Amino acid sequence: MLTFVVRRLLLAVPVLLGVVFVVMLTIDLLPGDAVTLMLGEHATPDAVARLRDHLGLDKPFLVRYLDYVGRVARGDLGRSIQQNRPVGTELADAWPATLQLTVAALLIATGVGIAAGVASAVWPNSLFDALARLGSLFGLSMPIFWTGLVLIVVFALWLNWLPVGGAGSLSHLVLPAVTLALPSVAMVARMTRSAVLEVLREDYVRTARAKGVAERWVLGRHALRNAFIPILTLLGLQSGQLMGGAVLTETVFAWPGLGRLMVKAIFARDYVLLQGAVLLFALAFVVINLLVDLSYGLLDPRVGRQG
Amino acid sequence: MDAWGRFRRNRLALLGLALVAVLATSAVLAPWLSPHDPARQSLIEKRAKPGGKYVLGADEFGRDILSRVIYGSRVALLVGLLSAAIAVAGGLVLGTLAGFAGGWLDAVVMRAIEILLAFPYLLLALAIVAVLGPGALNTTIAVGIWGVPAVTRIVRGAVLTLRETEYVGAARALGAPAVALLRRHILPNIVPGLIVYATLFMANAILLEAALSFLGLGVQPPTASWGLMVSTGRDVLLVAPHVATVPGLAIMVAVLAFNLVGDGLRDALDPRLRGSG
Repeated sequence: MLTFVVRRLLLAVPVLLGVVFVVMLTIDLLPGDAVTLMLGEHATPDAVARLRDHLGLDKPFLVRYLDYVGRVARGDLGRSIQQNRPVGTELADAWPATLQLTVAALLIATGVGIAAGVASAVWPNSLFDALARLGSLFGLSMPIFWTGLVLIVVFALWLNWLPVGGAGSLSHLVLPAVTLALPSVAMVARMTRSAVLEVLREDYVRTARAKGVAERWVLGRHALRNAFIPILTLLGLQSGQLMGGAVLTETVFAWPGLGRLMVKAIFARDYVLLQGAVLLFALAFVVINLLVDLSYGLLDPRVGRQG
Repeated sequence: MDAWGRFRRNRLALLGLALVAVLATSAVLAPWLSPHDPARQSLIEKRAKPGGKYVLGADEFGRDILSRVIYGSRVALLVGLLSAAIAVAGGLVLGTLAGFAGGWLDAVVMRAIEILLAFPYLLLALAIVAVLGPGALNTTIAVGIWGVPAVTRIVRGAVLTLRETEYVGAARALGAPAVALLRRHILPNIVPGLIVYATLFMANAILLEAALSFLGLGVQPPTASWGLMVSTGRDVLLVAPHVATVPGLAIMVAVLAFNLVGDGLRDALDPRLRGSG
């Protein structure tokens, strides 16, 4: 098990180095001069020279890349161009809000999605199943920035139950978290339904039923435990969906998180900040999927023994 | 039963197909179907409520929302189709290259794919558009690149499996060149899977284009893009909620249509389900 953990950890390092490489390369391929793009046409030569120096643009790409990786490894992400604050500080200010939002959405997606999926699988082709499947289809098809606006109209403007946007209290979290969670609820419900249906067809489930094991026990002990592995994989992938969705949700609800910071950085052409934010998101995504991989070992004793 | 027979028995898939047909018709015949000029502003009629002269109301500049929704189907379908083409073409090239060549080339391609997959959903496209700048073409490129990794994986997987089959082995032993192998033996086997993927990708591409345009990073005004329309409607949400909500419905219907067709195609074409239903 330990070698398995260590090997998976080591495999994540080149991926992250690659992410930095891609982000830096795309910025390097900017048509025209990055500095003029950032400062605008009318920047003074002095300002251009200073930013050039600050970004190290006179050095070759590979040197800058290694420089940046070295600094990131020491926790230094550079200074943002717009605010001239350490990027690390700006990200640190914004990430708790995003974490709060995505974790809340993930909890909703897991709870509601698994419950609906299991119910669908236990009573296939029932009225509930039909409604749940129809709901999933719509959940996957609604653009979340639009769902957010519709929820604002209904619950904030018409019913006046919840605030329109902003952060601060639990009531501020409800609408953004539900909005962000909806597509994931749909995905998890679909996946759970098919995973549980598949497991219920297995021989060991039939054996368990044949020897008179209570249905609740069959479901909990045999079916769910085995169905949980594909569901967990999906949850890992959904975390990426949630991070991307957070960009939209935060914009709609004026939620002060990383997504909104990133959109602001793009409009301000603050590539140092953008680079840091993308890197942080990718790091989080890679780490989550690493944890998912590692937890297979706990759920399925076959995993990790051989490796 | 053949694939079309199975597809035809799936009522939801047929509904999706009908919706896709409606979308395609509205995109092609937009100038004739639109009751008004989508760009004509009329400030005295701004935010007109649905009904009356404007069936779906008018937006912040007094432009007819129905006409703009009809014209918006052009943007959605065009960006969707072209980005799907980019994703499939890129994935085919990389996937066959990796699958056939093996060795270090395979390793390099697959590591690169892993790196692209490490970007959470939307963020890769967002980063690309941030660098290329907004616009319909750049949005299409960004959405297309976002789809390349998945296609590459599908194609490479299929090539690796098929490479070991007896009939491909026999063709190779007879001296068939790689291109002929690819065209005659491998492509026909992966086309069904690619069609399913491309259809479902269309749904996601429309969502992604709408999202980028909503953020102001995709298609730019005054072009009628659904995501952009929702974004402008956001400013008048309180006084005229229809400006933002109506174009959003169009996005939902379009995405739903391609999801239904894609699901139906998968059930109809997936060989593992053959004979079971």
